[in-house]
Amino acid sequence: MTTLAAAVRAPLTTERRHLAAVTFIVIGLINIAVFGVLAHAGDAAFELSLASASVKIPVIRVPAAPVCYALGAVAVGLGVLRLTVPFSRLAKRLAIVGVLVCFLLSLLCWADAGAIPLNVIIISQGTFTESIPLILGALAGCLCERSGVINIAIEGQLLFGAFTAAIVASAFGGLWVGLVAGSLAGGLVGVLLAVFAISFLTDQIVLGVVLNVLVLGMTDYLYDRLMSQNPNYNTGITFGSLKIPGLSEIPIIGPIFFDSTVFLYITYAAIIVIQVALFHSRWGLRVRAVGEHPTAADTVGISVLWIRYRNVILGGLVAGIGGAYLTIGSVGSFIPDISSGFGYIALAALIFGRWTPLGALGAALLFGFCEEMALVLPTVNPVLPAPIMNMAPYVATIIAVAGLVGKVRPPKADGQPYVKA
Amino acid sequence: MTETPATGPDPAPASTGSAAAQPAEPAEPAEAGPTEAGQAEPGKPAGSRARLTGAVIIQAITQGSSTVITILAIFLALVVGAILIAFSDPVVTKAWSTFFSYPFYALTQTWDSVSFAYSQMFEGAIFNPSTVSAAFHGGSIAAIFYPLSSTCAQATPLILTGLSVAIAFRAGLFNIGAAGQWVGGAIVATWLGFGVSLPPVIHVIVCLIGAFVGGAVIGWFVGFLKARTGAHEVIVTIMLNYVMYDLLSYLLSHPTMLQQPHQTNEIAPFIANDANLAHVGGPPPQVGIGFLIAVAAALAVAWLLSRTTTGFQFRTVGASPSAARTAGINVERSWILVMLLAGGLAGLSAAAVIQGTNTQLTFNSYGTYGPDGITVALLGRARPIGVVLAGLLFGALHVGGTYVEAATLGQVPADIVQVLEGLIVLFVAAPALIRAVFRLRSTAGTGLEAVAKGWNG
Repeated sequence: MTTLAAAVRAPLTTERRHLAAVTFIVIGLINIAVFGVLAHAGDAAFELSLASASVKIPVIRVPAAPVCYALGAVAVGLGVLRLTVPFSRLAKRLAIVGVLVCFLLSLLCWADAGAIPLNVIIISQGTFTESIPLILGALAGCLCERSGVINIAIEGQLLFGAFTAAIVASAFGGLWVGLVAGSLAGGLVGVLLAVFAISFLTDQIVLGVVLNVLVLGMTDYLYDRLMSQNPNYNTGITFGSLKIPGLSEIPIIGPIFFDSTVFLYITYAAIIVIQVALFHSRWGLRVRAVGEHPTAADTVGISVLWIRYRNVILGGLVAGIGGAYLTIGSVGSFIPDISSGFGYIALAALIFGRWTPLGALGAALLFGFCEEMALVLPTVNPVLPAPIMNMAPYVATIIAVAGLVGKVRPPKADGQPYVKA
Repeated sequence: MTETPATGPDPAPASTGSAAAQPAEPAEPAEAGPTEAGQAEPGKPAGSRARLTGAVIIQAITQGSSTVITILAIFLALVVGAILIAFSDPVVTKAWSTFFSYPFYALTQTWDSVSFAYSQMFEGAIFNPSTVSAAFHGGSIAAIFYPLSSTCAQATPLILTGLSVAIAFRAGLFNIGAAGQWVGGAIVATWLGFGVSLPPVIHVIVCLIGAFVGGAVIGWFVGFLKARTGAHEVIVTIMLNYVMYDLLSYLLSHPTMLQQPHQTNEIAPFIANDANLAHVGGPPPQVGIGFLIAVAAALAVAWLLSRTTTGFQFRTVGASPSAARTAGINVERSWILVMLLAGGLAGLSAAAVIQGTNTQLTFNSYGTYGPDGITVALLGRARPIGVVLAGLLFGALHVGGTYVEAATLGQVPADIVQVLEGLIVLFVAAPALIRAVFRLRSTAGTGLEAVAKGWNG
């Protein structure tokens, strides 16, 4: 059976090795031939501190074209290396990260050549804030799917969290109450997902899609009924920035990581806790056992259904926080369909990140960065029309998924309801 | 749906082993053939040689055949929807606040409110009795069919995107990208519609083919990436949706591309008159020839899936890619081909809208046809005939929802229809719940099992 499986899978894997290498080289050549050659003469300048910072760091100026050439050469080199030398798993992933960083840096150099300085701090802050709902959504998916329940309802969890957080925070005037309510709302969608998927054995893809439709319909309806008729239910209050004393004064790192709303700190905590819990604790071992081979887990006395229930609901709570961010963490007021596909992008980040919290974090950040660039670049260098720039995050994801990551292996029992024999 | 009882799991898995050796197996059941009905029943003592039709019907009801489950699911969804309708009516909520003093008043008010909303929905979408009496007093006979005609018109694009999602499901792929493929078809159809001048009938056909190709290219790309690089179709289709929206926005904001001259909005020129699809029932809110195209497409897909080698390969790949590969089926080719067809069907859906009803592409034209296609395909159990029926149901709900919103002066918002749609599919997908609620005896699975496949598919 194993030999058969190997034979069946063989053609794809040999091709994959070349594919990744070729993608590296192509990206390197783009760095050189597109960004390097087309860059305006002059330097690209990067500011590394905010205007309000106490310690100023001098603006970094680099000649745009040569830097693009150099970064391109690094990417091509990595590609050639990948083609000739067998890489370890870690090296493969580091190489992917390296090539992407080269690409993004030369993109920045090209865009900024001869223009006003780009503020790296602002871009980084934007990247993180754009990514928060994606990261939390992907973490929710990770919790569910590692225990063997497919979660397409992330979108619905975000949306319901956003709605509930806005209405509760407005009605009670309490942001923290809103945050908790948003999380619970996500959890409620999680409960529905769990009951139908685990107890009623509903097809989980169908279920996820349907829950999204339901939540969209319900929030549209409630928005019509409650919010649009009574602005007191949608006042648009938001969390303010919460500086961490001391840490936020560190140059570069401080403003990026320690000067944001409470949501960013919750996100850090969630990433670390879930990554450690899933891969370095007995708890996580059990969860993964249930997601990979529920029968075996059941045999050694783990309660499969309980673990699935718990994880799906936990996931919903996490996604609900991400939803709350969309309203009380950023824009304040709820509008219909405010999640606008974030849940699906989080799902893509989860798959792209191979069902690990750190992988999903990387994918979400890549996406957030592209999104931020689409906002920032037209202001510095209006070479490309906005709609084309808006495509960047999606195109980047397709390239990354098709060219760099390829076939991913989900948890073995993902999507299969467990019925005790 | 209204087919023969018990649409069990796809027959392909059971027959793969024996049929793989002889690809064009003649005895392959078409839709819900006798084999499946037989699968759902064996070993049940209650069904022991029930010869009388009456006995069969009673058995179907007590055990919950898929038809019965679907009807009960719709009923249950309407009950939940009734709560929402009652909640939206201020008269009803006020009546309930005095429930303990005047309980009957609260109940009658609720009944009035709900029955009014649902009867309005029915009159708007299916049949309005007052049109019949009007016809006797000199009114037009066509008015009697007006609601049904609008329902069919609304159903047309839903059936086509539903088929797009359904055919991919049958090959084990989840096509979330019908929306992007729709846009691809719409762009090509629009461009051919106003940018090219051709003789009348040929223009229509060229536009239709163009729309099919426009969608098919997007679908093909997804299948190609999956086959060549292993990129998961769910990610690629989601991302392509956004890429296509942005592309559409770009094209519609440049007069040299698709924008109507002297416009600041994102709007394309009207397509030429001779590129419009002929009306069957009447002008746009009513049904056009697009509906016939949708039904023909459903029949073609049904034929392809059940009567051809290619269709058999699709279903085998959908049941188990590794088994299909072992049996010598080119799995990658099937993925590419099925996504190409899925994209083409979504493109045709765009043609039905652009050439049939809207005659003009705007940025908002894509609406919710893509996501609705998923629910339609799921409700239709990924079977072409089921998709047509599900599309008609959803078309009726859309028409009825708009009608009821107007009839109640916005008191019952059309959003309620979306909730109803979600609930119907949810309940159909959870037969165990329906059985529990209505105390039906349990039998082997008759739900939506094995329609959609997870990431491992």
